[in-house]
Amino acid sequence: MMEAVLQISLLLLAVSMIGLVYRLVKGPTVPDRVVALDAMGVNLVSITAVLSMLLDTHNYLDVILLIGILAFIGTVAFAKFLEKGEVIEYDRDQ
Amino acid sequence: MSLLHWAILAPFLMAVFVPLIHKRAAAIHTGWFVLILPVLLFGMFLQYLPVTRENSSITETASWIPSLGINFTAYIDGLSLLFALLITGIGSLVVLYSVFYLSQSKEKLGHFYVYLLMFMGAMLGVVLSDNVITLYMFWELTSISSFLLIAYWYDRERSRYGALKSMLITVFGGLMMLGGFLVLSLMGDTFSIRELAAQALELNKDPLFGLAMILVLLGAFTKSAQFPFYIWLPDAMEAPTPVSAYLHSATMVKAGIYLVARFSPIFAFSGYWFWIVGAVGLFTMTWASFNAVKQTDLKGILAFSTVSQLGLIMSLLGVGAASLHVESLDDNLFITAVIAAVFHLINHATFKGSLFMAVGIIDHETGTRDIRKLGGLMSLMPVTFTLSVIGAFSMAGLPPFNGFLSKEMFFASMVHLLELDLFQMDTWAILFPVMAWIGSVFTFIYSIMIIFKVFTGRFQPEKLEKKPHEAPIGMLVSPIILALLVVVFGLFPNLLSYSLIQPAAAAIVPSILPPGGQLDVHISFWHGFKPELFMTIGVIVIGILLYKLMPKWIKMYDYMPGKVTLNQLYNASLYAAERGSNAITNSYMTGFIRSYLMYIFVFFIGMLGFTMWAKEAFHYDASAAAPIGLYEVSLIIVLVIATATILLAKSRLTSIIALGGVGYTVSLFFVIFRAPDLALTQLVIETVSTALFLLCFYHLPKLSRHEEKRRFQAGNALVAAGVGIMVTLLGISAHSSKFFTSINDYYVENTYKKAGGENMVNVILVDFRGFDTLFEITVLAVAALGIYGLIKLRLEKGGETNENK
Repeated sequence: MMEAVLQISLLLLAVSMIGLVYRLVKGPTVPDRVVALDAMGVNLVSITAVLSMLLDTHNYLDVILLIGILAFIGTVAFAKFLEKGEVIEYDRDQ
Repeated sequence: MSLLHWAILAPFLMAVFVPLIHKRAAAIHTGWFVLILPVLLFGMFLQYLPVTRENSSITETASWIPSLGINFTAYIDGLSLLFALLITGIGSLVVLYSVFYLSQSKEKLGHFYVYLLMFMGAMLGVVLSDNVITLYMFWELTSISSFLLIAYWYDRERSRYGALKSMLITVFGGLMMLGGFLVLSLMGDTFSIRELAAQALELNKDPLFGLAMILVLLGAFTKSAQFPFYIWLPDAMEAPTPVSAYLHSATMVKAGIYLVARFSPIFAFSGYWFWIVGAVGLFTMTWASFNAVKQTDLKGILAFSTVSQLGLIMSLLGVGAASLHVESLDDNLFITAVIAAVFHLINHATFKGSLFMAVGIIDHETGTRDIRKLGGLMSLMPVTFTLSVIGAFSMAGLPPFNGFLSKEMFFASMVHLLELDLFQMDTWAILFPVMAWIGSVFTFIYSIMIIFKVFTGRFQPEKLEKKPHEAPIGMLVSPIILALLVVVFGLFPNLLSYSLIQPAAAAIVPSILPPGGQLDVHISFWHGFKPELFMTIGVIVIGILLYKLMPKWIKMYDYMPGKVTLNQLYNASLYAAERGSNAITNSYMTGFIRSYLMYIFVFFIGMLGFTMWAKEAFHYDASAAAPIGLYEVSLIIVLVIATATILLAKSRLTSIIALGGVGYTVSLFFVIFRAPDLALTQLVIETVSTALFLLCFYHLPKLSRHEEKRRFQAGNALVAAGVGIMVTLLGISAHSSKFFTSINDYYVENTYKKAGGENMVNVILVDFRGFDTLFEITVLAVAALGIYGLIKLRLEKGGETNENK
């Protein structure tokens, strides 16, 4: 019973992933894509969590944490890039 | 190392000290110091005469590479002693002549004598070596030192052209010869010439025998300037005259003769040997003497005459091979040919040496070698005139000089061929004496041309650069000695018969001699009214007639097509080789990396496809496959869409984001396939590399940042699809045919027991197989340092440049 629920939720997550990929491909603007990527990251977190339940292991908890951090950093970096044109600013004091 | 080895190596040792002597003793001509060595060597080789006289020989072996059977084996028999005496004897005279010919102050004498001594040592090595590999080494040394000597005046364009030409042709022949030697040593399982000769009859039946013969003959023909390889010799006349006299008449060009003579005991049983050596030699003789007549440069005439005389000797050696097929030694007529070859070899070295030196004197004292500018020098240069007359008459084959005797023997051998019933000679035999006779007529014409065009006729001082006068006595000594030898050998030929000629001839055809026996060498000045005498009379009569009528028929040469000469062929083939290889290289070295990737991938597809097809390696077996879940399918759909986006995206930014999508999906696959460590690493790395891509994107030049969509190219698509299909097939086939069980059970069992860890991936990385990890750390370190270096180190001209400014 539990496994069937998990399978169904995985399927739903996968479908939502396809939707996000559609947004990623279609655009039309770069921010649209970045937001889609960010949402994909969150989706990945959930998929990983469901998978680790399904595989009956807690080895993937690190992965969940890491995806969270990276999705955040990545989105911030993209945002900064779109805003200022560069990710790490040139130090003008030197 | 015996005395004989040191004798071969002495010129090389001397060559090392020549520059030192040249620098320290600048007041004295360097040649005087060099002269000591060949004279000493000549004296030393004279002492071997009693040994070879009895048809015995001396062998001395020094180890060189004994594990490969390559030894420095010096071997003296009649043939090598004859050549060694020629090399050192004429070497001494040439060095003496060069002392007066080359000026101490104007010429780079240090170079000259180093090259000359190198050549002398190499030539001694060639004739005294018994090991074919050692022989080849010295052979190439003669090519190299000859190259250096021809281009001695390297600031002249013609010298460099001649040197290059002779180098290319002789080295081509040398390499062919090396091939022949290797084939021979494979057949006979030894590098020693004597041991090969001992098994000559078995070698004759070997299927590789013909190949070895052709290759060795190519070496001999290129070195000895036989048709069609003679073309380098006339161009080698740009060398200083002592060099022309020494290398290109007396010694180096005879190395091929030596080779043919030396290998006669091995090859001469074959009918092909008789035909190739005999016919090529005879044709060379006729062709070159015909061409010599049209030359206007004295050295040009002498060059063609050298080619012609070498052809004569070569043809005698070929004809001499017939002597092996005659049963009894007593009525063996063809032995005359071998004796004549050896005799003419000596004669040619003496008269051609003196002629070259005489021409050098004329050049030195008048400033030109052009026979159209010269004339009437008889009273001005009486000694040179006498020398030239002796040399030229001997060359023409007139009595009482030595050329007469060897020419008579040459005719006799050719006439004897009419009686031969071997090798289809019954149909072709008549060609031999006829061609020999025609060649001799032209030889007669160019020989007396040298005399009469230069020394008689009208004196034309206005055309000469210098005021002609007789040469200094020092310059005349060497040619006088040689001319004296011409006369002495002419009048008393039997001085040489048993001391030099008999041992040398016996070494060429050892198999027909009974043990301890000797050949009957008696050269008689007058031998009755034989056909050869009438042939000589005919040569003289027709020759004089033709010379008198020369203005009438000299125009004949103008009708010869100038476009199809061998020189044109040589130049055109060099040009074509250069242009052709240039065109080929340009056609595939496009400079575009996409072309090279195309080659690599096409090759990959072709090789892999062919190998798998040929080995029948395509398999499909799904029994070991795992079941596929729904989420795996959906993830794959995501992956495919993201990949397609990378390819089809309009902007680069989209591609970069889609690539990130691919990376994250792959990390999800790692999750599904239970690889948490991989998933962690993949996520971090993907993020970092996406950031790096963005960095690169930002720094693109403004112009091309938003380029249009990538153009579709059918070829690229085809190759890409091919690679994809190939790798897929390979993967499926590999998975379908597993032959061994995996070793991972060991790791599962021992990760905790032996290594004390629970994370198996990490234990493998740092414990079971930690070495890989160490060097992957190194790779990262190198990459980091490399990036730092690329960014910081800017060594462009004009100081530091910053693209952001």
